[in-house]
Amino acid sequence: MLSLANVSLESLNLITLAPMLIPVIGALFILVLDIIKGGLDKSLYVVISILFLALDFGALLESAGAFSKDGIMLGVFDVMLIDGLAIISQFIIVVTSMLFIPLALTNKRFHEFSYPEFFALFLFMISGFQFMVASDNLILIFVGLETASLALYTLIAMHNRDKSFEAAIKYFTMGALAAGFYSFGSMVFYALTGSIEINQIAAVLEANNYTDIGFVLIGVVMMLGSFGFKLSVVPFHTWTPDVYEGSSAAMAGYMSIVPKIAAFVVAMRLFEFLIHANIVWLEVVLYALVVITMTAANIWALVQSDVKRMLAYSSISHAGFVMAAILIGTTQSNSALFLYWILFSFTNLGAFSMLWISRQKELPGYQKTDHSFEKFSGMIKTSPMAAIVMGLFMLSLAGLPPFALFWGKIYMISSAVTSGYTVLALIMALNSAIAGYYYIKLIVFMFMKDPIESNIDNNGELYVANATTGLKTIIGFAIIGTVFAFLALDSLLEFVTAFVYNSGY
Amino acid sequence: MLDHILSILIFFPAFAGIMGFMINKDSMRAYGTAVAVIEFALSLWLWFAFDNNVSGMQFMEHIALVPSFGINYILGVDGISLFIIIMASFFTMIGIASLSPTHSIKNMIITLLFLQMTMIGVFAALDAIIFYVFWELSLVPMLYLIGAWGGPLRIYASVKFFLYTFTGSLIMLVGMLFMAYFFYQATGVWSFAILDWYRLVLPESFQLWLFAAFFIGFAIKVPMFPFHTWLPYAHGQAPTIGSVILAAVLLKMGTYAFIRFSLPLFPDASVFFMFPIAIIAIIMIIYTAMIAYAQKDIKQVVAYSSVSHMGVIILGTFALNVEGISGSIFLMIAHGVVSGALFLLVGVIYDRRHTKLMSEFGGLAHVMPRYATIFGLMLMASVGMPLTINFVGEFLSLLGFYQQSHILTLLAGIAIVVGAIYMLTAFKKIFFGEVTNEKNKNLPDVSKRELLALIPLSIITVWLGIYPKPILDPINNSVEAVVQLMHNKATSPEAKMRIPNVSGLVITKTATKEAH
Repeated sequence: MLSLANVSLESLNLITLAPMLIPVIGALFILVLDIIKGGLDKSLYVVISILFLALDFGALLESAGAFSKDGIMLGVFDVMLIDGLAIISQFIIVVTSMLFIPLALTNKRFHEFSYPEFFALFLFMISGFQFMVASDNLILIFVGLETASLALYTLIAMHNRDKSFEAAIKYFTMGALAAGFYSFGSMVFYALTGSIEINQIAAVLEANNYTDIGFVLIGVVMMLGSFGFKLSVVPFHTWTPDVYEGSSAAMAGYMSIVPKIAAFVVAMRLFEFLIHANIVWLEVVLYALVVITMTAANIWALVQSDVKRMLAYSSISHAGFVMAAILIGTTQSNSALFLYWILFSFTNLGAFSMLWISRQKELPGYQKTDHSFEKFSGMIKTSPMAAIVMGLFMLSLAGLPPFALFWGKIYMISSAVTSGYTVLALIMALNSAIAGYYYIKLIVFMFMKDPIESNIDNNGELYVANATTGLKTIIGFAIIGTVFAFLALDSLLEFVTAFVYNSGY
Repeated sequence: MLDHILSILIFFPAFAGIMGFMINKDSMRAYGTAVAVIEFALSLWLWFAFDNNVSGMQFMEHIALVPSFGINYILGVDGISLFIIIMASFFTMIGIASLSPTHSIKNMIITLLFLQMTMIGVFAALDAIIFYVFWELSLVPMLYLIGAWGGPLRIYASVKFFLYTFTGSLIMLVGMLFMAYFFYQATGVWSFAILDWYRLVLPESFQLWLFAAFFIGFAIKVPMFPFHTWLPYAHGQAPTIGSVILAAVLLKMGTYAFIRFSLPLFPDASVFFMFPIAIIAIIMIIYTAMIAYAQKDIKQVVAYSSVSHMGVIILGTFALNVEGISGSIFLMIAHGVVSGALFLLVGVIYDRRHTKLMSEFGGLAHVMPRYATIFGLMLMASVGMPLTINFVGEFLSLLGFYQQSHILTLLAGIAIVVGAIYMLTAFKKIFFGEVTNEKNKNLPDVSKRELLALIPLSIITVWLGIYPKPILDPINNSVEAVVQLMHNKATSPEAKMRIPNVSGLVITKTATKEAH
């Protein structure tokens, strides 16, 4: 007969769960609301989602305050781990979600936003990502990962076009494979160390002095494969462009930021101690992955004929660039990762929103895909403001100063320089130069070519067809974040560095 | 207001550019000219308020931007940068004033005003990152200028221009980050301030690598052989105003940066690389002069001759003594004035005939006497006739390098003769002989609007050729400080020998006076 375990409520430290539970409650609230009164407008659900995310943000501020006072917190049978990484990444997740969800308020009617389930799933997904980053328990990470991923597959499929189904199925299949890799990898680590907590695994392996290095490597390979899929690292990237193409621009932009930061945090927790254990093999593999991901994705991006696919490859390349932080593994590089991702999220939000507001329902003859380069030719003549704004985001993505990503780039390259990775620093710099070409290509189309006849007649309406005040406001936020990043940089850097440093990374 | 005059100089045109969106298309040229005149007046005021006897930085501004990473907004001018700033505002002014009618002129003027911001920013920045910000930002307006208003190959030319310089500057950026890291290691704080870096003495092996990293960025911008291939395309395709500003100001960023960064930061490496760079410079002078001779297109002749003269500037810079560096800075101004004027002149004829092929012309001296006169004057200046502005700079540069190597200086001197050959041949083809082409019979001579730009340039060419002192003195002052700094920082005995001790020179001078 089992005896009742006696656990006091205080020791559970349930407050650590608060930020994740708020979106769950929000999602359930939306579902209940729909049962009570159906047929409500999407704007209501958008605002309710934002409100719950704002509450979530408040709870995060609470945890951030507690963290800077008391340091790392554990909770709920020590499976929750609230450290600096968890808090910064949750900030990124929540703020980015808050900025992306209003993109549902389009001018044209899109199928998916008429379902309240869309917003419920969106909130569930956020909660999943939050669980994923706020734990070092491999099982809880897995649960968070799957919650988020399953919701995300559905959200993509809800876009309801042939290509979206293809995208969702592709993403699902790849995701399932990644999940398989993940569970196998966790199993190996459990078999080796008898623990599923990353810090325990690290401690046991350290104590054994990595005697079973062969098995460790198998576990690492599995994990690398799994996170390779999630982070779309070459050669596990093949799904990315198709999925981006199939999903709406808003969703694609979201996918380029939030799932990746969650995966980065877990990768950081998992690989950092292995890197610091001086496993040369892992270092070599990571080095190769970083360089190949950056370079190959850049080269593929050069030949794309669709802006969204180009941005998909570019986001792979950015992920590769940021992966370098995990390879370098110093406090500076890990802070650079977060700094870069915060700045990247603003710029990418802007770029994808610009695509989103120019989304047509029916394609004219000269356009093979939703956002082919031809569509944007001569944009400066027909709608100059939109062209300048889009050009701004492209320049920021290319890493031109003084726009947002430049600062992330120099801090990242500087962290490589500081840790003696000179060659890597040069490769990173040269890759920025390659990337310059395809971002400039869009600028060339927008600013230097002549507009297509039909666009002159309707005065560039096409480029803002889908825009509403809400969407324009979001783009305004993105512009401010991109152009005036240098003003916030110092406080951002200090905040990120302090939180990363205090979590021991 | 003088405390912030540099910030005003930098951001006034950009602000005016943004406001320019509100101006009606028909009044845009007047607006642009007005803004550029105000800006030029401000830059003259800067000169007026500038203290010629101070060798260090003046009008310094300091705002902390990212203190934890050592990035600060620091500005300042000395004799080296002052005149290039004035030249940048001068050329923007005459460029906008003499702009020939073109499509979407409003966008063009706004672009020019932004370009002006970046140009002045580069020469006023005293923090490596701020310098880099303006340096990179200057690519964007230029990309647009060439790409939107250029010739048939404009897109290729503009993208080539962008990618070439962008790649080079990224490598330079890695060098800058290394430099900041070395500073951090030495002092425990991050700093990108150039004046802070000046205090850092690096071991020679580091200097060589860093010199190479900076060199790639600067050499592409200058452009030095073999990185020069983007320039003929850019010049060939760019609209007149684009070529003028590119030749007069943008190329000077590279040579200026050599003096601001490479020489004082890496004195030993500068000495180490002195001869290789001098040889590249001489190849650049002779080889591009020969290419210029083979050109059929008058604009290409001017473009290659411009590269050729940049070689003399590099040679003077790497003489590493006061004469050479002062001469090269003076030549930067001279080259700006003369090649800017030549490009304007080519633009004049292009506006009339829409061709730049020399074979299409001939005997223009009969049809357009005033044009021929001004062209002749500028051509003489470009060749380096005494009493023109170029002569002073070339003479000083070569004099400086003569102290380092006689033979190389002789070779460079020969190159100037080659320069005379191709320029005079071009002049002969265009202006002398009978008017053979019917279309040339009734060409109007230079208009008032064009004279507005050309006459001031002619006056400057002759004035500074006869009396260069007002400019040369402040330049000399600041250069002496730089050379002294280099001498003090040099660690290897060869560098100590090659870089003269300026204060020592002064002492010996006074000593000889007393002996008399």
